[in-house]
Amino acid sequence: MAKLYPDLCIGVTGLNANDNPGPGIAVIRALKEGLGNDVKIIGLAYESLEPGIYMNHLVDKTYQIPYPTAGIAALTERLAHIHDKEKLTLIIPNFDAELHNFIKIAPQLQQMGIRTCLPSLAQLQVRDKTNLYQFGKENNFYVPADHKLFSTSDLEKATDELSFPLVIKGKFYEAYIAYTMDVALKAFHQLGTAWGYPVIAQQHIKGTEINIAALGDGRGQNMSIVPMRKLYITDKGKAWAGVTIEDDALINLANDFAKATNWRGGYELEIMRDADGKLFILEINPRFPAWIYLAAAAGQNQPLALVKMALGEDVLPFTDYETGKLFIRHSWDQVVNIADFQKMSAFGEL
Amino acid sequence: MIRIKKNIATSENGFIFNPATGDSFSGNGMASEILLAMKNGQQDVQIKQDILLKYEVSAEQLDRDWEDWIVQLKEANLLETE
Repeated sequence: MAKLYPDLCIGVTGLNANDNPGPGIAVIRALKEGLGNDVKIIGLAYESLEPGIYMNHLVDKTYQIPYPTAGIAALTERLAHIHDKEKLTLIIPNFDAELHNFIKIAPQLQQMGIRTCLPSLAQLQVRDKTNLYQFGKENNFYVPADHKLFSTSDLEKATDELSFPLVIKGKFYEAYIAYTMDVALKAFHQLGTAWGYPVIAQQHIKGTEINIAALGDGRGQNMSIVPMRKLYITDKGKAWAGVTIEDDALINLANDFAKATNWRGGYELEIMRDADGKLFILEINPRFPAWIYLAAAAGQNQPLALVKMALGEDVLPFTDYETGKLFIRHSWDQVVNIADFQKMSAFGEL
Repeated sequence: MIRIKKNIATSENGFIFNPATGDSFSGNGMASEILLAMKNGQQDVQIKQDILLKYEVSAEQLDRDWEDWIVQLKEANLLETE
């Protein structure tokens, strides 16, 4: 039988399937389910211990790429080298911290023949943690009040105004709920060192945690929206189990977001529903979430739709999904030959 | 009339799932029987009458238990609001 997409080769980042997983493996799983053996998956990894590198049933080959701090020239050069060998059709970046660089070099990638389906830099900025409150204010979304923290004196001001408990958040990742100044200070220093400044202090909202995975078409519409209620939450605040739910208010919220931003590509709204039913946006992640395979399992394969969009196909918006579909994450000790690890570490490819 | 939300999923073994919130509950056989009757649109009076015929319980006790049951359903967000 002829292949639907001949020579389709997709580069995917976010292979760190650990306790704070990157979305890469879930994205690949959805792609494999939608495309079968029609697709070759090239893993793009930052470190030799990212578990996805060694998942041969999902990833055909992996190349190490430079950290975002190395800049766009280093990234472009590395991707050109990989493209030369693999003939990449498309790249799906899955880390917040790398998106800026990928968006910047998207035109050069396009010239090389590598497609992407990404938001613009302006769209990326507008939902940034440091701009989220303002964005909410301007577009009538409930967003918890916050303070940007550059120094410990900023933290004192934040606690005076927002009072405890507070959520102390890293610029890109991680968050801690602080009930005392000691804990808040520790989190401030820890997150500032790990992810840079500002650290964000956000008002703590009590309620039910819901996430929405969606795919924007870049013209103010969503191609897909799947809400998920977190059922089991790890100490890092990550969903370890969740269930798809149906609620028009959540669908409307995602549609309002797409309309307000003209978002292009995958994104995730992290929502807290308070006791009055108000939907607070805690964060907006500019890429697919790590639980994105649940959306595919519930009937809306967002990574596959993104690939079709990137290939210029006319994609119809999904209209239905199965509610009551659960995911329950688990950990798995993958056994790897030292030779493979050595190869990845020494040569940056496997 | 007290009505159970239309989209609430129930099973014969008493499992109840609210797809709007993601909440799930485990009920006993009695709970699933009453929920099924409510989902089928039976009136409270009719359901209570069936229970009185089927089980050894006084009307007063049943009324008290029924009130408690409705409070639980409300708390679990399983009833239509209007």
